[in-house]
Amino acid sequence: MKQVAINQPKKQPGRFILYGLLIFAGLVSLFPFYWMFVMATQPNHVINQTPPALLPGAELVTNFTNVLGTIDFFGAMMNSLIVSVAVTAGSLFLCSLAGFAFAKLKFKGRDVLFVLILITMMIPPQLGLIPTYYIISQLGWLSDLKAIIVPGLINAFGIFWMRQYIKEAVPDELIEAARIDGCSIFRVYWNIVTPAILPAFATLGIIVFMNVWNDFLWPLVVLQDQSSHTLQVALRALSDSYNRDYGMILSGTFWATVPLIIVFLLFNKAFISSLTQGAVKS
Amino acid sequence: MVSKSEKYTEKKARRSLSEEKRHSIAGYLFVSPFFILFAIFGLFPMLFSFYLAFFKWNGLGEMTYNGINNFTIIFNDPIFWKSIYNTVIIGLLGTVPQLIVAFLLAYALNSQVLRFKNTFRVAIFMPYVTSIVAVAILFSIIFNNQSFGLVNSFLGIFGVEPIVFTQSEWGAKIAIAAMIFWRWVGYNTIIYLAGMQSISNDLYEAAKIDGATLTQQLRYITLPMLKPFVLFTVFMGTIGSLQIFTEPLIFFGGNLREEGITVVAYLYRDAFENNFFGTASAVAIVLFAIIMVFSVINLLVTNRLGRGKARKA
Repeated sequence: MKQVAINQPKKQPGRFILYGLLIFAGLVSLFPFYWMFVMATQPNHVINQTPPALLPGAELVTNFTNVLGTIDFFGAMMNSLIVSVAVTAGSLFLCSLAGFAFAKLKFKGRDVLFVLILITMMIPPQLGLIPTYYIISQLGWLSDLKAIIVPGLINAFGIFWMRQYIKEAVPDELIEAARIDGCSIFRVYWNIVTPAILPAFATLGIIVFMNVWNDFLWPLVVLQDQSSHTLQVALRALSDSYNRDYGMILSGTFWATVPLIIVFLLFNKAFISSLTQGAVKS
Repeated sequence: MVSKSEKYTEKKARRSLSEEKRHSIAGYLFVSPFFILFAIFGLFPMLFSFYLAFFKWNGLGEMTYNGINNFTIIFNDPIFWKSIYNTVIIGLLGTVPQLIVAFLLAYALNSQVLRFKNTFRVAIFMPYVTSIVAVAILFSIIFNNQSFGLVNSFLGIFGVEPIVFTQSEWGAKIAIAAMIFWRWVGYNTIIYLAGMQSISNDLYEAAKIDGATLTQQLRYITLPMLKPFVLFTVFMGTIGSLQIFTEPLIFFGGNLREEGITVVAYLYRDAFENNFFGTASAVAIVLFAIIMVFSVINLLVTNRLGRGKARKA
């Protein structure tokens, strides 16, 4: 059947408003990025003038060199990368394993345990902040990336998500057939379930990676040595330095943002659909 | 003598029994990492917070029992009440306009005559991809107190004197709310858009045949069908607003002024700057209680909505 355009505003003014609204919204969304770039290329005396500069200057390299002199930018980026990759890989494995158990294995108390996991999603993370900090310090993990990685591995939403997906994507017959052929249960998970849920891995992976990469409060509390700072904590240290060198500060935030934007532009379809799926399903 | 078929059923029964056992063992094994880690990093800290809220402790020395004094202390602290007030105001300022604008943008993006849909979608969604810290730093410079701050120079065009945003009761809140608005509006637009796209075109066609105007279609089809999505964003917005922390911390550059301190920022300052672990735990419990109340309200509303739908069907 041919799709009939229903919401079509027939008169030109309607279309004019439509484009006007969206162009304005797009400009408001993008302008701060542009201005961040402008400031990252300007010397301070230009930044401190009224009205502010709206065109790029020539200090791109100088400002970034100053960033490198103030914080260990690449070290922090490396820490962020290590933490995010480790948490993403680890929690994808644990969530899919538990999701598989909840979706396909029969064991006593299964449904009760699953409801318990759902309930834990309602607890705000700040509630246990202080004791968790104490536990981490007792374990000797302060300023150790393990402090972020290990507690980050538990993900109630991830288990819920994986269970729903595995329930739909993997037919029981397939599992039974593999069992009759003598596959161990773990091999069923590894050889049959994981290949069938690759899209779920991609979706959940994006969500987890972004959350870990952008997390701030917990890393701020436990990563005290500068050498262990993730990018977010390092950026904060950068903006708190005494000389308010705005060109340098925005150079730091700009270069910290660029990789995210590139990744987003490359995968924007997957990105947007994964976040909406994650949101709508929960 | 045992017949062949009986033998078969017996064998099958034995196998299925052991299969059941295997399922159990594997099941418990596969879900155990969550429960072990949750016990250490979730449940225990949570219970310990409830315990700690009744003790005086600086994190190093001895814990001394303090009864309900920690609660009395925070309830008598005007800054604590200020932090709750700020959290609510910033939450409302950042969320309500955001959801309305997100709805309008989603409605525009859903229009079938629109071209460059994906370009608009990507542009509007992009702020969500940046980190909160980067956004907060950027906006604290845009809302710079001096006349060269972007917002102040803009207001200067209209002859407005430069506003000292960090020290202004409403200036601080508006600046922080603006950060939240800018970062999240695209995300909610995408959620609403997904909701609108899930509405069957047949409904609109039927309405059109019946002579419904655009406004009527919006009111009787789009809005009611979008209700679950709206509830979701309201719920997430509420919970998220109650946990605002990064924006004020960065905006005030560590010196959390009372014009914009939020509950979580208050908690952070109490615990990790002043080492008042007991009162900070009391704050955590009050925050937990508030979030629980909102969650239960949301659950009730959602359930009632679901029941209403079931009855209609």
